[in-house]
Amino acid sequence: MCSWTDGRTLVVQLVPRGASMDDHDPASGCLHEKKKLPAFTWEVRANNRSYHMQFKKKFAFCLTKKKYAGNAIKTAKYNILTFLPLNLYEQFHRMANVYFVFVILLQTIPEISTLPWYTLLFPLSCLLTIRALRDLIDDIGRHQSDRNINSRPCEILSGKSFRWQKWCDICVGDIVRLRKESFVPADMLLLCSSEPSSLCYVETADIDGETNLKFRQALPVTHRELTSEGSVAAFDGRVTCEEPNSRMHSFTGTLQWRGETYALDSERILLRGCKLRNTDFCYGLVIYAGFDSKIMRNCGKIKRKKTKLDRMMDQLVIIIFLVLLAMSLCLAIASGFWAKTFQEKHTYLSALYKHTAPAKQAFFSFWGFAILLSIIIPMSMYITFEFIYLVNSFFINWDLEMYYAVKDIPAKARSTSLNDQLGQIEYIFSDKTGTLTQNIMSFKKCCINGTVYGLGTGRENKQPSGSGMTWSHRGEKMSYSNDVTLLEAARRDSDPLLREFLRLLALCHTIMVEERGGQLVYQAASPDEEALVLAARDLGYVFLSRTQDTITISELGVKRTYKVLAMLDFNSDRKRMSVLVRDPQGTIRLYTKGADTVILARLRSRGPSETFTERALDCFAEETLRTLCLASKVVSEAEYCEWSRRHQEASILLQDRAWQLDSLYEEMEQNLELLGVTAIEDKLQDGVPETIQLLKLGNIKVWVLTGDKQETAMNIGYACKLLTDDMEILEEKEVSEILEAHWVRNSRSSSRKAPGSGRLSQQHPGTSCHKKRALVVSGDFLDKILHTGEVLMKEEGWLWQWLPCRGATDSQEQGSLVEKAFVDLATSCQAVICCRVTPKQKALIVQLVKKHKKATTLAIGDGANDVNMIKTADIGVGISGLEGMQAVQCSDYALAQFSYLQRLLLVHGRWAYLRICKFLRYFFYKTFAGLMAQVWFAFHSGFTAQPLYEGWFLALYNVFYTAHPVLSVGLLEQDVSAKKSLEFPELYAIGQQDELFNYRIFGVTLLHGVSTSLASFYIAFWAFKDCVGSKVVGDYESFSVTVATSALLSVLVEIILDIKHWTVLSFLMVTASLLLFCLFSYLTQSIDAFRIAPAIFRFPDASQNALTDPYILLVVLLSLVVNTVPSLTVRSYHAITGRHSIQQQICSKARREPEPSVELRTHVHRGSFRRRSSYAFSHQEGYAGLITRGDSLRTKGTCATGGLHPQGTAPPSPSCHGPSA
Amino acid sequence: KPDNTAFKQQRLPAWQPILTAGTVLPAFFVIGLIFIPIGIGIFVTSNNIREYESNVFMYYGLSNFYQNHRRYVKSRDDSQLNGDNSSLLNPSKECEPYRTNEDKPIAPCGAIANSMFNDTLELYRIDNDTRTPITLIKKGIAWWTDKNVKFRNPTGDGNNLTALFQGTTKPVNWPKPVYMLDSELDNNGFINEDFIVWMRTAALPTFRKLYRLIERKNNLQPTLQAGKYSLEITYNYPVYSFDGRKRMILSTISWMGGKNPFLGIAYITVGSICFFLGVVLLIIHHKYGNRNTSADIPN
Repeated sequence: MCSWTDGRTLVVQLVPRGASMDDHDPASGCLHEKKKLPAFTWEVRANNRSYHMQFKKKFAFCLTKKKYAGNAIKTAKYNILTFLPLNLYEQFHRMANVYFVFVILLQTIPEISTLPWYTLLFPLSCLLTIRALRDLIDDIGRHQSDRNINSRPCEILSGKSFRWQKWCDICVGDIVRLRKESFVPADMLLLCSSEPSSLCYVETADIDGETNLKFRQALPVTHRELTSEGSVAAFDGRVTCEEPNSRMHSFTGTLQWRGETYALDSERILLRGCKLRNTDFCYGLVIYAGFDSKIMRNCGKIKRKKTKLDRMMDQLVIIIFLVLLAMSLCLAIASGFWAKTFQEKHTYLSALYKHTAPAKQAFFSFWGFAILLSIIIPMSMYITFEFIYLVNSFFINWDLEMYYAVKDIPAKARSTSLNDQLGQIEYIFSDKTGTLTQNIMSFKKCCINGTVYGLGTGRENKQPSGSGMTWSHRGEKMSYSNDVTLLEAARRDSDPLLREFLRLLALCHTIMVEERGGQLVYQAASPDEEALVLAARDLGYVFLSRTQDTITISELGVKRTYKVLAMLDFNSDRKRMSVLVRDPQGTIRLYTKGADTVILARLRSRGPSETFTERALDCFAEETLRTLCLASKVVSEAEYCEWSRRHQEASILLQDRAWQLDSLYEEMEQNLELLGVTAIEDKLQDGVPETIQLLKLGNIKVWVLTGDKQETAMNIGYACKLLTDDMEILEEKEVSEILEAHWVRNSRSSSRKAPGSGRLSQQHPGTSCHKKRALVVSGDFLDKILHTGEVLMKEEGWLWQWLPCRGATDSQEQGSLVEKAFVDLATSCQAVICCRVTPKQKALIVQLVKKHKKATTLAIGDGANDVNMIKTADIGVGISGLEGMQAVQCSDYALAQFSYLQRLLLVHGRWAYLRICKFLRYFFYKTFAGLMAQVWFAFHSGFTAQPLYEGWFLALYNVFYTAHPVLSVGLLEQDVSAKKSLEFPELYAIGQQDELFNYRIFGVTLLHGVSTSLASFYIAFWAFKDCVGSKVVGDYESFSVTVATSALLSVLVEIILDIKHWTVLSFLMVTASLLLFCLFSYLTQSIDAFRIAPAIFRFPDASQNALTDPYILLVVLLSLVVNTVPSLTVRSYHAITGRHSIQQQICSKARREPEPSVELRTHVHRGSFRRRSSYAFSHQEGYAGLITRGDSLRTKGTCATGGLHPQGTAPPSPSCHGPSA
Repeated sequence: KPDNTAFKQQRLPAWQPILTAGTVLPAFFVIGLIFIPIGIGIFVTSNNIREYESNVFMYYGLSNFYQNHRRYVKSRDDSQLNGDNSSLLNPSKECEPYRTNEDKPIAPCGAIANSMFNDTLELYRIDNDTRTPITLIKKGIAWWTDKNVKFRNPTGDGNNLTALFQGTTKPVNWPKPVYMLDSELDNNGFINEDFIVWMRTAALPTFRKLYRLIERKNNLQPTLQAGKYSLEITYNYPVYSFDGRKRMILSTISWMGGKNPFLGIAYITVGSICFFLGVVLLIIHHKYGNRNTSADIPN
């Protein structure tokens, strides 16, 4: 079949064989190559370990490491020796920790030491220890997972034979034997495979998430020669190639062997993480191992994601810090003035000031106050915060409702610091295949000659859910008998149309078949096709075998061989594929299957059955089944001869070949006779439509970003209720129109205001406000828009009119304006579907929304093609339990099912957000309420930075006295139960709008805290000023104890009011903090403690003396009530007016609820009359060429060098066209 | 598989108190109803305190005296005061510049001790031109903990304080050394109660300290009968330079302390405010009440 060659192929054949594979488009590729030729400095010698060992490379200072990395991977950060120093080093990267160490150091200077040394050291060391422990546990987990991966078994050639060893034993240059279903352990050059033409099928789900099989092909020379173990062991080829890099889909190198040089490209490479499929075994030469492999290069360092609240908290801490510094400064200045008075007038003090000038005193006081007030900076907040996050993550892991029993997979919070963000998600970016769908196609219904078969719900047709790879293992036993009538009709064989229909299913496809162990195994490039062929098989039309130009099927037990005259392959423009066959009787028939729109337009006649079929199509569309129309016609011998001749001419054309072929195909596919319609269900995962519905109600927008085709994506969009019939679908054309209009408007107004400031949705009230809109765009279109706004500049050219008047506008700015406009448009839509997007674009879209909308985003996906997006989004969720674990590895949360997302967000997320917000609010409150009194005291102690509280109280206040109730809020608080949370997804909106913690609430909290501290302080102040109790005579210790007790109790009562969900644990926690206060007060103020260290335990019996005085107790009670009443009043007011209560919202919503749902239903009904094509097919072109060349067939074709067209730009033809060069 | 426990599934039985008018409004009235009587009680008690009945306490008061000055507060050595012999001869650096005098360690060291109040107050009853001194008891004015735990004289052979304080010198401002503060052994040296009271620093610049007790003689007569009294002050303590004032206060102590109008008034005010708030909320409740009677959704 090599006879059809063209001039270009001949030219290329001058270079070594296979070299032409490098560039698929040499016209531009060659130039490109010359411009930047990668340095081929990576040399790999097969079976020569010692060669690779000798190379070293510098990596830091004069340290070197091996140039060729081993295959062991290490993601763990520490080992036993480095743990302590590295961890401490990392911890001191946090500004807060450094600050506290600084303060602790300051404290050692006696002149300014205002607090005892233990006050800050104690909490800080607690903090460091706990964090170190957590890091340790994390790292142990990483060590384990590393060990698991490194100890996977594989066969490595050692000496003359293969031995089972571990992955980590693999070195560069080793030859590895891979068996079916095993993972590729390192990037390898495929040397030889068990399959014909040295093809090797791999599944790259781990790498790009695509589950269809890909072909890799060894060099013919190695395939020919390396057939036995002995020959492999003797292989001494040398590969010279690029240094390790992260470009997944490119590889350039050469193989030198036996004096000849062969070019290598990515088609010869098996990447680490791929899975070998349908190939018994293959040999590979390891080129990049371990961290040098492409996939590991792609796994960049995982950036620590920070939540909104986390960032805000950091800002708040900085604000507090600055305020404290300012406060210290003011107090210090005051202290300077007072120092003068003290020095001059207060004789009992003047000696203390003998050597200190007021300025010096002010300087000391500044630092003194800085130390004193540093306690207000919530150091222990971070640690409590992290603990709360941790436990909340455990709650996610523990949740039985998110446990997938079928595969025994619980939900997993891999990142423990993002829980609150789960309650603030505004946009969800979802992958389609494997995330929304199970990637299982099942033949559901069909309509043949006006009769609809398969009316059953089809639910009984449960397939082993889970693995999307089942098609190649399915035995013949399995039956698609979801409709008995169809089976019977097929058996009866009375309807010629039905016969043709089934024949078509068995003939018109590109599936390859193999007989193994008495079973037919189909290798399909798309699951749709496989579903159809399997359906035909079950109905008695078994596809048995194919050669380059024949197809053999068994029709109800009768074996018939059809001669394939031409395969008119599928592509996304044609939306159909045809096969031209000569049946055993000699009749030539054309069988076509394709999109309804395409097929219906090419029918010979329209009769009642066609009309009925159209109605069936509508029905299928409504059920969101993926439909294909089947049609056929008889072609006369003369017609075929003429056509065939022209076809041959066209296929050797140099120019416009594709166009010519297309028009020829078009010519052939006319005057068809409609056979029927098939309907395939792309099975959604359980509960997907419900989940999406719920998320939509929770004001979360779901965008589907898929690498799949538009039709498929839209079909799924309808199936999962993301798109509804009453939506206006904006496609690329409309989008560019709207953007243009927007641009014009903006440019006109640019003289007055900055362009882009107007909101897009507002500018098109007609289209946005009254109608639900959905946006469907493709990756190419996005590319155009997002790069430099090309879509506007190039396509229209009108932009240039506006440029001069706008002066010097750099294109970057324009680009971002277009971006902004696009994002505005997209976010104003109810649903967005982006199809045909690359992994990079997925990430880009997420990035855009983050950038322009400042929104919190979540990305969910299952494959490695989602990794970028998962990493970019604020929260990445991986679907676990599928073959590819890449997504899970990079995700923050791993779920087994998409539908668990509702619980993750609406229950766990919302609770976590609520908890963290309440926690933050309370934490700031208690810090201010408890500790601000220090400042007020300064006004009455001559600004001398005398601490009001005893050192131990300060040291333990945050850690022991108030930590427990805070924890109880952070761990157990629930406003409404999980069930209610799911029933009322509207409650989720509070998180999106940052309602529970923002600067306003922080301000209120601050004021509340300050007023509490003022009240506690001044009530005690007036009670002590020149007054006496029955025992207490206004002394400092009693005063200190009184203020401390009042403040602490006020703070505790506040949290008692704040807790809305009292469990036994919360009760215990609140009690515990009171008990701890008593206990530690007793211990630190005991006489024994004083005797041991009078300088450390300075307050012997102070509490005991003070708090047994009724006068003090009355004071404490008074300040407690004064502090509580305002807060209680506000709460009561809200409770009575019901303004802020969630219950109220629920109630009002519950009343509103019934009406819109009714309305919705009527919408659907009205809309369903509109005709909508539900055609969808996941097939890609290019396979027909492979078949007709015969590469993959057992009977080896004569043309072995033919490769695949990865991009499929060239027309498929029945010829063996060489590489399209 | 995760455990199906109430805690892990976050299904712990919980009480979810919901603030409603029914629960909150009574709280306000109850607080009001408790606080107003307490306030009145305190107010009345405070007003009924007489300077002459039962045991009378004699205080001296100082104002504008910063006993809570940080460096002043720090300027003491608790170990020394606790009878630690090494600290006695080598006082803490905190005591600077009142640590040593003429190369001898000061006992007690520090600014607090140095500035000890040393006026003497004597009270006489003038009866027909005869001055009868009122017995002022100088013991029992310090806290038990201070007297018995915090402050102890240095230990050594015998009870001769002069010998025990050998090698130390008196604070600069003191007229006599610490071991000559009193003639009685259990009120001398560091455990002199006047000294202890002074060393318990005041929280605020205006303060009073207990000076003496006047014990009630018999139950029939008030401790201080009506009549003329004269107070004799030996003026040693200068306060003029810092605009300070000195006062002498006589007071009896009730269950809630000395005479003090603040607490009673505060209680009455807070109680009234609560009551008022209760009324206001009640009105609001009546206005909004009907709207949210069904607001409680069981969880």
